[in-house]
Amino acid sequence: MSGMHRNRLKHGGLSFQRVIQLLSAALLNGYIVGFQKGKIYTGSFKTVCVPVLNCYSCPGALGACPIGSLQATLGVKHHFPFYVLGLMMLFGVLLGRLVCGLLCPFGLVQDLLYKIPFHKCNVPKKIDRPARYLKYCILLVLVILLPAFAASKSGIIPPYFCKYLCPAGTLEGGIPHVLLNPQLRKVAGVLFDWKLLVLLFIVLASTIVHRPFCRYLCPLGAFYSLFNRFSFFQMHVDRSKCVGCRACERVCPMAVEVIKNCNSAECIRCGKCKTVCPTGAISWGFTGNVTAAGVKAVDTADKV
Amino acid sequence: MTRIKAVFLARYGFLATAITLIVVGLARNEQQEILHKAVKICLECIGIG
Repeated sequence: MSGMHRNRLKHGGLSFQRVIQLLSAALLNGYIVGFQKGKIYTGSFKTVCVPVLNCYSCPGALGACPIGSLQATLGVKHHFPFYVLGLMMLFGVLLGRLVCGLLCPFGLVQDLLYKIPFHKCNVPKKIDRPARYLKYCILLVLVILLPAFAASKSGIIPPYFCKYLCPAGTLEGGIPHVLLNPQLRKVAGVLFDWKLLVLLFIVLASTIVHRPFCRYLCPLGAFYSLFNRFSFFQMHVDRSKCVGCRACERVCPMAVEVIKNCNSAECIRCGKCKTVCPTGAISWGFTGNVTAAGVKAVDTADKV
Repeated sequence: MTRIKAVFLARYGFLATAITLIVVGLARNEQQEILHKAVKICLECIGIG
């Protein structure tokens, strides 16, 4: 029985990744009343940033979006965002981009869109590699530099990324609120049209390319990618078991060279490579202590 | 110092930094700023205003 088949049977037809993604999306957006009444949750859970890109204006959102919070702290008070940055670093150093692969609701949306039977495209390396740096530029310019240093007459700087680019905000917050609230529907103008256009572009791109937003645009993914190499959660390839079939690389949604660098900054730890590996050479887990297994896991990344 | 040691030092260094930042942020009551922002519908975030 193949690894993938075995994995699916355990969870009644859904893969391990899908089960976790669905649970995460439901837990992070569990305020059902919000969807019924077009309101948002206002309780104390919202003092805590969730690890994923999940708009705090989503009617169901129970926590705060770290990217929105970071821009709000920088843009309104212009002080160093100790709390938000600390939480983001904590998620990053514990999990790395596991957050993107298993917990992010917008990642789930992109995964499902890619399942639509439509022409699929492998982005040529010449375009793909440099385009991946775009997300770091977005993180630096739209999320950090502009909110921190741009000046406005009112003294309040808009959250540039959320306002002009974030498709998760449009999908999770904008569309439900406009549908549920007639007053908001009246005031939705050019900006809303622009954000719908961005969302539509990413939705269409997601049916052709696997996870285009995560690959090229997501500032939170860019931040977590800096920790992939150091995070407590690590991928590991046992070279003594690897037969070099490259099944892992063919199935990877982020086009990571798994055998060469399984803890690449682009790896979202979705576990697809682990599932398809015919010899069970790929494993994952927390490697907190300086044990033989832990050293081995880091050593794999170091050899690249 | 081997690269492996450097990775482990970085790992625990980042963990300690993250915890310190959170504690300082909590001491400065920054969580209330987040709450203040997150309990209102952010019209800019959803593309309205």
